Amino acid sequence: MNKVTSLIFGLLFGIILTKSEVISWFRIQKMFQFEESYMYLVIGTAVLTGVISVQILKRFKIKSLSKENLDFSAKPFNKGTIIGGVIFGFGWAITGACPGPIFAQIGCGEYVAVSTLIGALFGAYLFNFVKDKLPS
Amino acid sequence: MIFEDLNWLIYGVLIGLFVPALLIIGNKQFGVSSGLQNICTTILPKTKSVFSDYNFKSNSWKLYFIIGIILGSFFAVFLLGDGNSYFLPDNFYSVKGVIILFVGGFFVGFGSRYAKGCTSGHSITGLSMLQFGSLAATISFFIGGLIYTWLV
Repeated sequence: MNKVTSLIFGLLFGIILTKSEVISWFRIQKMFQFEESYMYLVIGTAVLTGVISVQILKRFKIKSLSKENLDFSAKPFNKGTIIGGVIFGFGWAITGACPGPIFAQIGCGEYVAVSTLIGALFGAYLFNFVKDKLPS
Repeated sequence: MIFEDLNWLIYGVLIGLFVPALLIIGNKQFGVSSGLQNICTTILPKTKSVFSDYNFKSNSWKLYFIIGIILGSFFAVFLLGDGNSYFLPDNFYSVKGVIILFVGGFFVGFGSRYAKGCTSGHSITGLSMLQFGSLAATISFFIGGLIYTWLV
Protein backbone atom coordinates (compact mmCIF):
# COMPACT_ATOMS: atom_id res chain seq x y z
CA MET A 1 0.00 0.00 0.00
CA ASN A 2 1.50 3.33 -0.98
CA LYS A 3 2.49 6.06 1.46
CA VAL A 4 -0.29 8.52 0.63
CA THR A 5 -3.05 5.91 0.94
CA SER A 6 -1.61 4.74 4.27
CA LEU A 7 -1.41 8.32 5.50
CA ILE A 8 -5.04 9.01 4.53
CA PHE A 9 -6.23 5.85 6.31
CA GLY A 10 -4.29 6.92 9.40
CA LEU A 11 -5.70 10.43 9.18
CA LEU A 12 -9.27 9.11 9.10
CA PHE A 13 -8.55 6.67 11.92
CA GLY A 14 -7.04 9.44 14.05
CA ILE A 15 -10.09 11.65 13.56
CA ILE A 16 -12.46 8.78 14.42
CA LEU A 17 -10.46 7.72 17.50
CA THR A 18 -10.45 11.28 18.81
CA LYS A 19 -14.02 12.23 17.99
CA SER A 20 -15.34 8.96 19.44
CA GLU A 21 -13.32 9.54 22.65
CA VAL A 22 -12.14 5.93 22.75
CA ILE A 23 -8.66 7.39 23.40
CA SER A 24 -9.89 8.81 26.70
CA TRP A 25 -8.34 7.43 29.88
CA PHE A 26 -11.67 8.21 31.57
CA ARG A 27 -13.65 6.12 29.07
CA ILE A 28 -11.25 3.19 29.55
CA GLN A 29 -11.57 3.46 33.35
CA LYS A 30 -15.36 3.47 33.13
CA MET A 31 -15.20 0.44 30.85
CA PHE A 32 -13.11 -1.62 33.28
CA GLN A 33 -15.20 -0.43 36.24
CA PHE A 34 -18.41 -1.39 34.40
CA GLU A 35 -19.71 2.14 34.94
CA GLU A 36 -20.43 2.85 31.32
CA SER A 37 -21.50 0.71 28.37
CA TYR A 38 -20.08 3.12 25.75
CA MET A 39 -16.76 1.36 25.06
CA TYR A 40 -18.40 -2.05 24.92
CA LEU A 41 -20.97 -0.72 22.44
CA VAL A 42 -18.32 0.89 20.22
CA ILE A 43 -16.05 -2.18 20.20
CA GLY A 44 -19.02 -4.55 19.82
CA THR A 45 -20.40 -2.56 16.88
CA ALA A 46 -16.94 -2.42 15.26
CA VAL A 47 -16.52 -6.19 15.57
CA LEU A 48 -20.03 -6.88 14.24
CA THR A 49 -19.38 -4.55 11.29
CA GLY A 50 -16.08 -6.34 10.67
CA VAL A 51 -17.63 -9.83 10.88
CA ILE A 52 -20.39 -8.95 8.41
CA SER A 53 -17.90 -7.24 6.06
CA VAL A 54 -15.52 -10.20 6.08
CA GLN A 55 -18.38 -12.64 5.45
CA ILE A 56 -19.45 -10.56 2.44
CA LEU A 57 -15.87 -10.38 1.13
CA LYS A 58 -15.53 -14.16 1.46
CA ARG A 59 -18.92 -15.04 0.02
CA PHE A 60 -18.45 -12.95 -3.12
CA LYS A 61 -14.75 -13.90 -3.37
CA ILE A 62 -13.77 -10.24 -3.55
CA LYS A 63 -10.18 -9.55 -4.64
CA SER A 64 -7.98 -6.67 -3.59
CA LEU A 65 -7.45 -3.73 -5.95
CA SER A 66 -4.19 -5.40 -6.98
CA LYS A 67 -6.23 -8.51 -7.94
CA GLU A 68 -4.80 -10.61 -5.11
CA ASN A 69 -6.73 -13.02 -2.91
CA LEU A 70 -7.47 -11.22 0.35
CA ASP A 71 -5.25 -11.96 3.33
CA PHE A 72 -7.46 -13.75 5.89
CA SER A 73 -4.50 -15.50 7.53
CA ALA A 74 -4.76 -16.13 11.27
CA LYS A 75 -2.29 -14.80 13.80
CA PRO A 76 -0.39 -17.45 15.78
CA PHE A 77 -2.15 -18.70 18.90
CA ASN A 78 0.10 -19.81 21.77
CA LYS A 79 0.84 -19.12 25.43
CA GLY A 80 2.09 -15.67 24.44
CA THR A 81 -1.40 -14.77 23.27
CA ILE A 82 -2.68 -15.23 26.82
CA ILE A 83 0.31 -14.04 28.88
CA GLY A 84 1.11 -11.14 26.54
CA GLY A 85 -2.59 -10.32 26.39
CA VAL A 86 -2.88 -10.00 30.16
CA ILE A 87 0.28 -7.85 30.31
CA PHE A 88 -1.19 -5.67 27.55
CA GLY A 89 -4.45 -5.36 29.50
CA PHE A 90 -2.52 -4.04 32.50
CA GLY A 91 -0.94 -1.38 30.31
CA TRP A 92 -4.28 -0.50 28.70
CA ALA A 93 -5.88 0.08 32.10
CA ILE A 94 -2.91 2.09 33.43
CA THR A 95 -2.40 4.40 30.46
CA GLY A 96 -5.93 4.52 29.04
CA ALA A 97 -4.35 3.82 25.67
CA CYS A 98 -3.58 0.96 23.33
CA PRO A 99 -1.13 1.42 20.44
CA GLY A 100 -3.39 3.43 18.09
CA PRO A 101 -4.70 5.77 20.79
CA ILE A 102 -1.17 6.48 22.12
CA PHE A 103 -0.47 8.35 18.88
CA ALA A 104 -3.89 9.97 18.88
CA GLN A 105 -3.41 11.23 22.46
CA ILE A 106 -0.12 12.82 21.42
CA GLY A 107 -1.66 14.36 18.30
CA CYS A 108 -4.54 15.93 20.17
CA GLY A 109 -2.26 17.68 22.63
CA GLU A 110 -1.98 15.31 25.60
CA TYR A 111 1.79 15.58 25.39
CA VAL A 112 2.51 13.49 28.47
CA ALA A 113 1.45 10.47 26.36
CA VAL A 114 4.91 10.75 24.78
CA SER A 115 6.02 8.95 27.93
CA THR A 116 3.54 6.15 27.16
CA LEU A 117 4.98 5.95 23.65
CA ILE A 118 8.59 5.77 24.83
CA GLY A 119 7.58 3.02 27.27
CA ALA A 120 5.75 1.13 24.51
CA LEU A 121 8.69 1.38 22.11
CA PHE A 122 11.04 0.22 24.85
CA GLY A 123 8.71 -2.70 25.65
CA ALA A 124 8.36 -3.73 22.01
CA TYR A 125 12.14 -3.48 21.58
CA LEU A 126 13.02 -5.38 24.74
CA PHE A 127 10.59 -8.17 23.91
CA ASN A 128 12.81 -9.21 21.01
CA PHE A 129 15.74 -9.83 23.32
CA VAL A 130 13.84 -12.03 25.77
CA LYS A 131 11.32 -13.76 23.49
CA ASP A 132 13.41 -16.93 23.19
CA LYS A 133 13.37 -17.32 26.97
CA LEU A 134 9.61 -16.81 27.33
CA PRO A 135 6.93 -19.53 27.15
CA SER A 136 5.44 -19.68 23.68
CA MET B 1 -29.78 6.09 27.54
CA ILE B 2 -28.15 3.91 24.90
CA PHE B 3 -30.57 5.07 22.21
CA GLU B 4 -30.59 8.76 23.08
CA ASP B 5 -27.10 9.10 21.72
CA LEU B 6 -26.14 6.95 18.77
CA ASN B 7 -22.49 8.03 18.62
CA TRP B 8 -21.36 4.54 19.64
CA LEU B 9 -23.16 3.08 16.64
CA ILE B 10 -21.68 5.54 14.13
CA TYR B 11 -18.14 5.28 15.47
CA GLY B 12 -18.35 1.51 15.90
CA VAL B 13 -19.40 1.04 12.26
CA LEU B 14 -16.69 3.45 11.05
CA ILE B 15 -13.96 1.65 13.00
CA GLY B 16 -15.21 -1.76 11.83
CA LEU B 17 -15.13 -0.63 8.18
CA PHE B 18 -11.33 -0.25 8.37
CA VAL B 19 -11.11 -4.06 8.18
CA PRO B 20 -12.68 -4.48 4.70
CA ALA B 21 -11.37 -1.12 3.43
CA LEU B 22 -7.72 -1.98 4.15
CA LEU B 23 -8.16 -5.49 2.78
CA ILE B 24 -9.67 -4.31 -0.50
CA ILE B 25 -7.45 -1.30 -1.09
CA GLY B 26 -4.11 -2.60 0.17
CA ASN B 27 -4.73 -6.28 1.05
CA LYS B 28 -3.55 -5.44 4.57
CA GLN B 29 -4.87 -6.65 7.89
CA PHE B 30 -5.76 -3.70 10.08
CA GLY B 31 -3.54 -3.47 13.19
CA VAL B 32 -1.34 -0.87 14.83
CA SER B 33 0.95 -2.57 17.35
CA SER B 34 3.45 -4.05 14.89
CA GLY B 35 3.97 -0.44 13.78
CA LEU B 36 5.85 0.01 17.07
CA GLN B 37 8.52 -2.24 15.58
CA ASN B 38 8.68 -0.05 12.47
CA ILE B 39 9.43 2.97 14.62
CA CYS B 40 12.13 1.06 16.52
CA THR B 41 13.88 0.18 13.27
CA THR B 42 13.49 3.69 11.93
CA ILE B 43 15.03 5.41 14.94
CA LEU B 44 17.44 2.60 15.85
CA PRO B 45 19.00 1.58 12.51
CA LYS B 46 20.80 -1.49 13.79
CA THR B 47 17.69 -3.18 15.14
CA LYS B 48 16.68 -4.91 11.92
CA SER B 49 18.49 -8.13 12.79
CA VAL B 50 16.83 -8.14 16.22
CA PHE B 51 13.36 -8.46 14.70
CA SER B 52 14.17 -11.65 12.86
CA ASP B 53 10.60 -12.92 12.63
CA TYR B 54 9.19 -9.66 11.43
CA ASN B 55 8.34 -8.78 7.86
CA PHE B 56 9.34 -5.15 7.30
CA LYS B 57 8.22 -4.68 3.75
CA SER B 58 4.67 -5.85 4.31
CA ASN B 59 4.39 -3.72 7.45
CA SER B 60 6.12 -0.53 6.31
CA TRP B 61 2.76 1.09 5.52
CA LYS B 62 2.09 1.24 9.27
CA LEU B 63 4.65 3.98 9.75
CA TYR B 64 2.65 6.29 7.47
CA PHE B 65 -0.60 5.08 9.01
CA ILE B 66 0.75 6.10 12.43
CA ILE B 67 1.86 9.54 11.18
CA GLY B 68 -1.68 9.86 9.82
CA ILE B 69 -3.19 9.03 13.23
CA ILE B 70 -1.17 11.83 14.87
CA LEU B 71 -2.21 14.34 12.18
CA GLY B 72 -5.82 13.14 12.25
CA SER B 73 -6.23 13.58 15.98
CA PHE B 74 -4.55 16.99 15.72
CA PHE B 75 -7.07 18.01 13.04
CA ALA B 76 -9.96 16.59 15.07
CA VAL B 77 -9.13 18.79 18.03
CA PHE B 78 -7.63 21.92 16.52
CA LEU B 79 -9.53 22.22 13.22
CA LEU B 80 -12.76 20.27 13.66
CA GLY B 81 -12.98 20.92 17.40
CA ASP B 82 -12.53 23.88 19.72
CA GLY B 83 -8.86 23.20 20.43
CA ASN B 84 -9.55 21.62 23.79
CA SER B 85 -9.09 17.98 24.64
CA TYR B 86 -9.23 16.26 27.97
CA PHE B 87 -8.33 12.63 27.62
CA LEU B 88 -5.85 12.16 30.45
CA PRO B 89 -6.17 13.24 34.10
CA ASP B 90 -4.13 16.30 35.08
CA ASN B 91 -2.15 14.37 37.68
CA PHE B 92 -0.32 12.51 34.90
CA TYR B 93 1.46 15.81 34.23
CA SER B 94 3.95 15.18 37.03
CA VAL B 95 7.13 13.18 37.55
CA LYS B 96 5.10 10.38 39.10
CA GLY B 97 2.61 10.49 36.22
CA VAL B 98 5.35 10.31 33.60
CA ILE B 99 6.82 7.24 35.33
CA ILE B 100 3.41 5.54 35.61
CA LEU B 101 2.69 6.15 31.93
CA PHE B 102 6.14 4.88 30.97
CA VAL B 103 5.58 1.64 32.91
CA GLY B 104 2.04 1.29 31.53
CA GLY B 105 3.36 1.99 28.04
CA PHE B 106 6.01 -0.67 28.55
CA PHE B 107 3.27 -3.22 29.33
CA VAL B 108 1.36 -2.12 26.21
CA GLY B 109 4.41 -2.46 23.95
CA PHE B 110 5.77 -5.67 25.46
CA GLY B 111 2.36 -7.32 25.84
CA SER B 112 1.17 -6.49 22.34
CA ARG B 113 4.31 -7.93 20.74
CA TYR B 114 4.15 -11.04 22.93
CA ALA B 115 0.47 -11.53 22.07
CA LYS B 116 1.21 -10.65 18.41
CA GLY B 117 -1.46 -8.01 18.26
CA CYS B 118 -3.42 -5.36 20.13
CA THR B 119 -6.97 -4.04 20.25
CA SER B 120 -7.01 -3.29 16.52
CA GLY B 121 -5.15 -6.39 15.32
CA HIS B 122 -6.80 -8.96 17.57
CA SER B 123 -10.03 -7.46 18.95
CA ILE B 124 -11.17 -5.77 15.74
CA THR B 125 -9.46 -7.58 12.84
CA GLY B 126 -8.99 -11.04 14.37
CA LEU B 127 -12.51 -11.20 15.78
CA SER B 128 -13.90 -9.94 12.47
CA MET B 129 -12.30 -13.00 10.87
CA LEU B 130 -13.66 -15.23 13.66
CA GLN B 131 -10.18 -16.30 14.74
CA PHE B 132 -10.14 -18.25 17.99
CA GLY B 133 -6.70 -16.96 18.98
CA SER B 134 -7.92 -13.38 18.72
CA LEU B 135 -10.88 -14.20 20.96
CA ALA B 136 -8.42 -15.62 23.51
CA ALA B 137 -6.28 -12.47 23.16
CA THR B 138 -9.26 -10.16 23.61
CA ILE B 139 -10.41 -12.02 26.72
CA SER B 140 -6.84 -11.81 28.05
CA PHE B 141 -6.73 -8.03 27.42
CA PHE B 142 -9.87 -7.62 29.51
CA ILE B 143 -8.68 -9.99 32.23
CA GLY B 144 -5.48 -7.92 32.52
CA GLY B 145 -7.37 -4.64 32.57
CA LEU B 146 -9.90 -5.91 35.12
CA ILE B 147 -7.17 -7.33 37.39
CA TYR B 148 -5.38 -3.99 37.38
CA THR B 149 -8.55 -1.95 37.87
CA TRP B 150 -10.08 -4.04 40.65
CA LEU B 151 -7.13 -5.62 42.44
CA VAL B 152 -4.10 -3.34 42.08
